[in-house]
Amino acid sequence: MNFIVQLSYLIAAVLFILGLKAMSSPKTARRGIVWAGVGMVLATLVTFLHPAVQGLTNTILIVIGIAVAGGLAWWSGRRVAMTEMPQMVALYNGMGGGAAAAIAGVEMLRALRMLPEGLQSQAQALASDAGISMAAAEAALRAEGAGSANIASALGADVAILAILGALIGTVAFSGSLIAWAKLDGRMKRNSLVPGQKYVNLLVFVLAIIFGIMTFFTDSILVVTLFFALGLLFGVFVAVPIGGADMPVIISLFNALTGLAVGFEGYAIGNPAMIIAGTVVGAAGTLLTQLMAKAMNRSITNVLFAGFAADTQSAGEALEGEMKDVSAEDAGIMMAYAERVIIVPGYGMAVAQAQHKMWELVELLQDRGVEVKFAIHPVAGRMPGHMNVLLAEAGVPYDMIYDMEDINEEFAMTDVAVVIGANDVVNPAARDDAASPIYGMPILNVDEAENVLVIKRGRGAGFSGVENALFVGDNTRMVFGDGQKVASGMVQAVKGL
Amino acid sequence: MAIEGFVAIYIFMLAGFAGFEVISRVPVILHTPLMSGSNFVHGIVVVGAMVVLGHAESTAEQIVGFIAVILAAGNAVGGYVVTERMLEMFKSKDEQKKGAQE
Repeated sequence: MNFIVQLSYLIAAVLFILGLKAMSSPKTARRGIVWAGVGMVLATLVTFLHPAVQGLTNTILIVIGIAVAGGLAWWSGRRVAMTEMPQMVALYNGMGGGAAAAIAGVEMLRALRMLPEGLQSQAQALASDAGISMAAAEAALRAEGAGSANIASALGADVAILAILGALIGTVAFSGSLIAWAKLDGRMKRNSLVPGQKYVNLLVFVLAIIFGIMTFFTDSILVVTLFFALGLLFGVFVAVPIGGADMPVIISLFNALTGLAVGFEGYAIGNPAMIIAGTVVGAAGTLLTQLMAKAMNRSITNVLFAGFAADTQSAGEALEGEMKDVSAEDAGIMMAYAERVIIVPGYGMAVAQAQHKMWELVELLQDRGVEVKFAIHPVAGRMPGHMNVLLAEAGVPYDMIYDMEDINEEFAMTDVAVVIGANDVVNPAARDDAASPIYGMPILNVDEAENVLVIKRGRGAGFSGVENALFVGDNTRMVFGDGQKVASGMVQAVKGL
Repeated sequence: MAIEGFVAIYIFMLAGFAGFEVISRVPVILHTPLMSGSNFVHGIVVVGAMVVLGHAESTAEQIVGFIAVILAAGNAVGGYVVTERMLEMFKSKDEQKKGAQE
């Protein structure tokens, strides 16, 4: 039976890797998730045959747990709007990290339960061999140090180390992801919890490490509990100061961390499928995190410890010049008579659900012979590639969508650049103003286009709170209003020509 | 099955390289779906959660093990649904038309 279980785990691991590989190309991506899904179902089903799964009560609890949580996750995943996908990824990822930590928790509880039993049986053997009383035998054993047995000796040093590491990483990923979810979902706005957050974070981190080491040597449930609590606290403290465009990076980092925690716990319980899948995700997630951080010209340590929000408060000088606005209809006509148009969508377009109207407008423009392209900044939306997903949802074919590096030189030859719901990623201050908090972040060179139309709800600053010099540029016209209404107005104007 | 010492280190190392290799040449367009997909893959933690709940003996172990199963199942199922929905958007135009006719 164990052979079937192990063979199925092997097949599942192969399916995961092939699935992820297929997911890195648009043509095969949909096949990829199905392969990985088949692997997951196979691995889950055969685990019921695993020799360690014993007892009717436990089996029933497993079935109930999977059915209830799986059902709820299915329902929430189906129901959620496309714009809210990033926080759902954060939420589900946090659950995975929490599960890895809970696995470590069970193993430590088991180890602690074994300790007194081990001592008792040893004492019994000694008592009958040497013909002394139980109490005397126990005292003798304790004097020899056998009674000071701890988690490390119960689990084995290697297993204990990886279980503890996995628990620390898992708890941090769990609470950190939940904070990321709350922030993205608009349930939490604060950027610090206590004064001197940075130093408090460092202190909590050091304490967590100390308690992790103590857990290795302990036989006390209190130490283990405190260790888990400190891990959870550190996750919260790490995630709270992070905001703005750094959010996707931190979610990706927590995703990689969860993978790592799963891999470590896989070693702790001797499960090769978990080791392989977890480590693959840990490595892939780390690389993905680096790609994202690089897209914003920030290092991961910078994202983690600099505190984006703290910087912006000191900056944000007043801008010279005035915004000039134009009606949606005039803007539409301007586009209709252009030769080349590039549309730069941002999260604001998604919030206004304007992507369908924009695509309708683009189709009309194409019928008139206007060349239209979409330009996507690597961190447009709340996650890299998020905007691509939203445009694809509206029916925009992916060969019309260009990455920043591929299209940035074309803005200079473009008649009209349309910015809808994007802000920081088109702010020329990131290129020109060394004092700006977003200085150094690569941007789309929208300001080089002959005309720039900015569709925006109001006059305020963007997600990061930084003023945008593009809006007061000589070649810029602002179209104020709800994205969807503005797009409808443009469609009407072009249709009327 | 015990995986010990250097064998485990080899597995960690090779799996790590596999992870890097799989992601290294991926277009930005797929970053979010891929992050979501890898989020689903570490849902394999459900297998470990089942094993520890399966051999739990005390009530405390059962409670923590049950929490592990709940969280892990949420990760796996939610991760799949969300990824599948994102990737549904990448149907080619022909497929979309076919879908509309049906």
